[in-house]
Amino acid sequence: MPGRSETWATLTDPLIRQNPVTLQILGICSALAVTTSLATALTMAVSLTVVLTLAAGIIAMIRRHIPDTIRLIVQIVIVASLVIVIDQVLQAYFAEISRALSVFVGLITTNCLVLGRTEAYARHHPPVPAMVDAFGNGLGYSLVLMVIGGLRELFGKGQLFGIQVLPLAEAGGWFTPLTLMLLAPSGFFLLGGLVWAVRSVRTEQAEAPEHTPPARAEPAE
Amino acid sequence: MAGPERNPWRRFLALPNESRTKTLVMAFLVSAVCAALVSGATVLLRPIQAANRAAEEQARIADLVAGIPGMAALLEQSGGTLSTVVIDLDRGRAAEGITPATLDAALADPANWTALDPGADLAGLGHRPDFVQVFLLRDGETVSLALLPVTGQGYGGRIDAILALRGDMNTIAGIAVTGHSETPGLGGRIAERSWQASFPGTLVRDEAGEVRFRVARGPASGVHEVDGITGATRTGRGVTGMVRFWLGPDGYGPLIEAIGRGEF
Repeated sequence: MPGRSETWATLTDPLIRQNPVTLQILGICSALAVTTSLATALTMAVSLTVVLTLAAGIIAMIRRHIPDTIRLIVQIVIVASLVIVIDQVLQAYFAEISRALSVFVGLITTNCLVLGRTEAYARHHPPVPAMVDAFGNGLGYSLVLMVIGGLRELFGKGQLFGIQVLPLAEAGGWFTPLTLMLLAPSGFFLLGGLVWAVRSVRTEQAEAPEHTPPARAEPAE
Repeated sequence: MAGPERNPWRRFLALPNESRTKTLVMAFLVSAVCAALVSGATVLLRPIQAANRAAEEQARIADLVAGIPGMAALLEQSGGTLSTVVIDLDRGRAAEGITPATLDAALADPANWTALDPGADLAGLGHRPDFVQVFLLRDGETVSLALLPVTGQGYGGRIDAILALRGDMNTIAGIAVTGHSETPGLGGRIAERSWQASFPGTLVRDEAGEVRFRVARGPASGVHEVDGITGATRTGRGVTGMVRFWLGPDGYGPLIEAIGRGEF
């Protein structure tokens, strides 16, 4: 049985030190697509965390009986079923947000983050630690989504959760929205900036350069 | 040591993971459980989702009415409620036993569609449904505005629109194009407010009761015409055919007569 501190480490490690998005660069496609506003980012983050945690729990429970030859497809079937259930729940109770998220809830199935965690961790650990790890990774993903979603909504519309925070120039205030923030490229810029910021503070995350540029020949005098 | 395991489930679990039986049975079990989960969720949640979709549709219609010039004021006067009625087109009255919720199911049955002869088929539809959902706005007892969904064949494909008629059932109050696939910049301009602005006030029929509405080629001349769009003759013709068909005897004609007689 893992100690208390070990469980705590499993839960908190993926927040920054092992963050699935900024360190492992997993799941960035949806992270870029759904972060135009905080509400959609939050819904996506919660959906992914729920799917990931449940999938990890189920897969960890049957981990000793998954035949190796069909393990990936078994995992995907479980994840996909959970995603459909979540999608149906969203359509029923959060119809508007579900429309804003459109296909991205369905694409949780193919989010590398989910399969990555179930394949790498849940398959080798008992249900409780597996679920703690999955929940921690879900929180790490959520953290990145909320940061990027918050920045994009704040600078793109001057709002947070749909509430006007910065007074718009049109309405007599001083803030002119940066429309670029609502477009996909800004998601890349912000995510890139975030990765850079995290790796500047935690230098151990920076990857070694894969190759060094050839030394420039001294110009002949 | 215990003897050989009697319980077949335990014996199955004890099989090596690589055995063919275990692989097949595991695949089957996982699929069966997942299928049950997905079907259960879909069936349980469907009523709530259907209600959401109905609310969304209602909001779109309300939005459309608010967009027709002058309608917002009329809506406020009459309390802002639209009644939704499913109409039996042949009889020109409310359909019996079909509600907006069951309309889709009724239209899935080919028996509820009427084939049109090529001569009468001005809108180029081929066949039309017998039941249509319309929206009526009442001012006291009389109908002050009718919103009639219409469909026709344009240049690039189907045009879907909602035509609003005033209480006299002869004056157009506005049109809203809800779907089309016309050429952007040419026929596609039918979706623009500026073109739709020439509809309000246009009369559909002359004194003899003949449908005279027409999209002109060029600027409108006369009370029965609306402006044409340059370079979109066939789209204009499509709109003309659509309005003529749906306000004619095979379309809403019986309904319009019934409203004229005060039956609604």
